[in-house]
Amino acid sequence: MIAVVGYYEPVWIQILKSIVIFAVGLQLVPVVLLAERKLLGRFQSRYGPNRVGPFGALQPLADILKLLTKEQFRPSTSIGFLFTIAPIISIVTAVMALAIIPFGNVQNILGTDVGLYGIDVSIGPLYLFAMSGIAFYGIMLGGWSSGSKYSFLGAMRGAAQLISYEVSQGLALVGVIITAQTLSLTGIVEAQKGMWYFIPQVVGFLIFLVASFAETNRAPFDLTEADAELVGGYNTEFGGGRFASYYFAEYLNVIVVSGIVTTVFLGGWLLPFGIEPPGWVDPFVVLGKMALFTFLFIWVRATLPRLRYDQLMSFGWKVLLPLATLNALVTAIVVTVTH
Amino acid sequence: MSGGSPIKVDGWNPGEDVIEVTRTPPPGPARSAWRTFVETLRGLGTTFGRFHETPTTVQYPEEKTPVYPRFRGRHKLHRFEDTGLEKCVGCSLCAAACPADCIRVVAAENDDEHRVSAGERYAAVYEINLSRCIFCGYCEIACPFDAITMGHEYELSDYDRTDLIFTKEMLLAEPLERAPLRNEGE
Repeated sequence: MIAVVGYYEPVWIQILKSIVIFAVGLQLVPVVLLAERKLLGRFQSRYGPNRVGPFGALQPLADILKLLTKEQFRPSTSIGFLFTIAPIISIVTAVMALAIIPFGNVQNILGTDVGLYGIDVSIGPLYLFAMSGIAFYGIMLGGWSSGSKYSFLGAMRGAAQLISYEVSQGLALVGVIITAQTLSLTGIVEAQKGMWYFIPQVVGFLIFLVASFAETNRAPFDLTEADAELVGGYNTEFGGGRFASYYFAEYLNVIVVSGIVTTVFLGGWLLPFGIEPPGWVDPFVVLGKMALFTFLFIWVRATLPRLRYDQLMSFGWKVLLPLATLNALVTAIVVTVTH
Repeated sequence: MSGGSPIKVDGWNPGEDVIEVTRTPPPGPARSAWRTFVETLRGLGTTFGRFHETPTTVQYPEEKTPVYPRFRGRHKLHRFEDTGLEKCVGCSLCAAACPADCIRVVAAENDDEHRVSAGERYAAVYEINLSRCIFCGYCEIACPFDAITMGHEYELSDYDRTDLIFTKEMLLAEPLERAPLRNEGE
């Protein structure tokens, strides 16, 4: 089955698809949230939440209900409009980035060809970086408009961190794009038949992974939040539903980044050893691989301490960026020579 | 003890107490990168090793940490086992010994048809304000008749401060032993 790159369905199917993807994404977040708390607990020799519902399964529901029923509080020094819009930017860009993750090939469902992805944009990775670039405004405006110095510091850190790491992240993907010779994510997955890119592009894979940790503001790069020194960074002054939006966006970003890594380096819906399952298995293969990376995210959070600010900067600019550039360069030379 | 002699300061000879620390030169970029990588993996291995361990959490309301026999919890007043008379004679020594001043004793005379304690007098009122008590156990030491001892009960929270003033009846009643006792050598 050859992927149809740049395939578009009728409008009504696209609307239906976006609703399904949004619903699935919405369901994944509480699962990841609970998984994180449970796994962190086990990593630290404790149980994690186990009181609400069987094995604490209803804990995310209780959390969200608690946050949504809280008072919408705003400091008097804050700028109202930006304060309201910042969490919305965060959550909207996270959901929009989810749209390009391919969960499967174009498949015939009830007589209509449907691609199991939100949209197969012909500039996949660029779209992703555009979205994460806008997502940063959610953090920066949120921190800045709070009118609190801790939030401001967190926001400024977020800005510096994002600039340093987005470059390396993009360059790490350049190697893959050169090898696959396409920017479409389904095209990249199709090009991985035979060998997943994390083997030939192992350096790019590692760089992308590290940069993704920084990109999603998760430990050990959670300097924007840094609860020990900045009280919570950019989201210090947020409470209730607005805080829930930030929280939601953070976990959605973890899911999105796991999906991108799965798609770009781990062969998306492809299975190794030439196993070709029926089409309906594809989304589950992708979800399984995503779960693997989400686990890695949590595992790393349980292990590594937070980096100091200057360490983060020097690591980004002096180690990751040269490595990523070198990786792209070597890949380009190899591809040119062998073609 | 490699190389160099201890720093000499005028009038003070540290002698053998000086520990010399020789610092290795900082590793080169390749070596430090490798070290970072290996140490990160080692850390990940350590956290993953916690995974198969049983958590050490004590699931509190259901499980309780056992207390030692000498644990000083809620007070108990005692009766003589054979006659059923109260041991307390209302001498107020416990109230005098109490540093938190939380015991109130009002003594009354025993008469023959209405005998409460074994002695001449008895405690008509015996109240301990547990919201003030610091659980020092001085009352127990001060008591000449071992009438008051510290029990093992520590779950004493209540919704109202007045509910924490324990009367003689409450202190005399056999308390629900809710705190498990630690065994010998445990």
